[in-house]
Amino acid sequence: MAVRGANIRRAVTSDHVVGWAFASPAVLLIVVFGLIPIVWSALLSFQKTNLLSPAHWVGLANYRALPKDPLFEQSMVHSAIYTVLFVPFSVAGGLLTAVALNRPLRGIRIYRTAVFVPVVVSTIATVIIFLWVFDPNFGLANWLLGKVGLGPFAFFTSSNGALYSIVAMTVWGWIGFNVIVYLAALQGIPRELVEAAEIDGAGALGIFRNVTLPLLGPVTLFLVVWSSINALQLFDEVYLATNGGPGTATYVPVFYLYKLAFQGGIAGYAAAIAYVLFAVILVLTIVQLMVGKRMVHYAP
Amino acid sequence: MSEIQTIELAERAAEGPAAEPKGGRFLFSSWHLVLIPIAVVMVIPLVWMVITSLQTLDQTRHYPPSLVPTSMQVRNYTDVLQQAPFARWFVNTLVVTLACVAGNLLFCSLAGYAFARIRFFGRELAFILILATLMVPFQVVIIPTFLIVRSLHLIDTLGALILPNLAGAFGIFMLRQFFRTLPVELEEAARIDGASRLGILFKIVLPLSGPALATLAVITFMWTWNDFLWPLITIYNPNNMTLQLGLATFQGAHQTNTNLLMAANVMSMLPVLLLFFVAQRYFVRGIATTGLKG
Repeated sequence: MAVRGANIRRAVTSDHVVGWAFASPAVLLIVVFGLIPIVWSALLSFQKTNLLSPAHWVGLANYRALPKDPLFEQSMVHSAIYTVLFVPFSVAGGLLTAVALNRPLRGIRIYRTAVFVPVVVSTIATVIIFLWVFDPNFGLANWLLGKVGLGPFAFFTSSNGALYSIVAMTVWGWIGFNVIVYLAALQGIPRELVEAAEIDGAGALGIFRNVTLPLLGPVTLFLVVWSSINALQLFDEVYLATNGGPGTATYVPVFYLYKLAFQGGIAGYAAAIAYVLFAVILVLTIVQLMVGKRMVHYAP
Repeated sequence: MSEIQTIELAERAAEGPAAEPKGGRFLFSSWHLVLIPIAVVMVIPLVWMVITSLQTLDQTRHYPPSLVPTSMQVRNYTDVLQQAPFARWFVNTLVVTLACVAGNLLFCSLAGYAFARIRFFGRELAFILILATLMVPFQVVIIPTFLIVRSLHLIDTLGALILPNLAGAFGIFMLRQFFRTLPVELEEAARIDGASRLGILFKIVLPLSGPALATLAVITFMWTWNDFLWPLITIYNPNNMTLQLGLATFQGAHQTNTNLLMAANVMSMLPVLLLFFVAQRYFVRGIATTGLKG
């Protein structure tokens, strides 16, 4: 009995040792570059620091200053407008495109590739292309819009149009992602359900509304949550295409906090903005999931 | 939905529609009228980029713009290579990306396997803390991460781009979920035969995990190759820049030389586009797997 007990104990200890040996490289990296920064950032938001000289505590002063900061307010408003436009366009556009692509047509692979390719194009490459397509003088967009009697527009260089131009550009870059996710989900819909609806005499539109759309509910909810999170974290496109301008017309929270922390040396206040944004994202996600829970029916 | 089902669905998304053609295959379908405009809008900016990259500067300053190639000034490409260290940036990006892909495959496999199969002290707590980092957006941690990397004297080196990204919560989570779908009997049999945990992982588990590993590799590749904000903050010396950061500085310096800018852009995209065409199904599967998780 004693021998068996020792064996068991040895096996257990060796599992502890082996388990930690396997997990520790990744866990260490995530602790150092993930967990510690989360806590540190929270502390920073109660400090005044320029990242070089020692910090000192200021309590809630950074958070109290936020509502009185017009640039912060502008950034949040721009972010809200951007999200409200970007999410429906990219999700609904992705759904319609996926439905159109989900059929055995001639050349379907070419269509799919065309829709997928922008997903792998980097942000900076996308921005360089769209600065050119949206060039007010020589750009393709003004010429094409002119053919149907619209424009000319100043796009990125106009205070009114810059944010909408960023919406258009990012929808182009993102929609392929949503299409891929929707296509995968569409192909998971059982044929029998569609056939049963056909036998019951449902038309194509009826099948889409009453069979396809409800079954895509979970995926739609995921895409709405996921694209909202990404929309609220918008940075690269703003930094590269407009640098927040013209003036402050395209300031968004992450861009503002980048400017503060890494160009203005106001890191504590920037950390407070980061945490407020995090809270906004968290609350929005929870609300979306709660509303989604009521609207979305998961298949049995 | 289990990971294997998810990957099967994603596989089909990459392959083609499950439905059989219903007679109309050789007739003109009205769906083309929907799909052609969509495809044109998606592709035209890219086509125009290539056309502009082959024009002279005068031709780019022309209205209305020409959508038909009017010249073939291949010289733009060699000019770009002479004016900026694109080859260097390409090598830097390749080193960083390959290191991160290799690191993620190795460390996330080890950790994912430990979390899936080995009972060790503190496992649940460690796993929950790892998952928590998945929910916190990058900009929340960016300032302290910068300070940590600075205190390690890695600022302005490729190490700043590699070290923090050698393992990620996403990869650990994904592989753990996948490993748990594999039949445990094979591993138990091997243990009875005296195989070590490491031997089991590398000889039994990983060979069965090809699709999951390929998906993680592709996702890590895309994230690392296209990353911009982190290199922007940590790299200043042009010799240490990645392709994306280098391209951004090139854009700042050549805003009016549209033809050179487009040539640089085409070159920066080629590697990832080539990979996309060669491994389209893995890209698609990678994305579809992330999505279907929700």
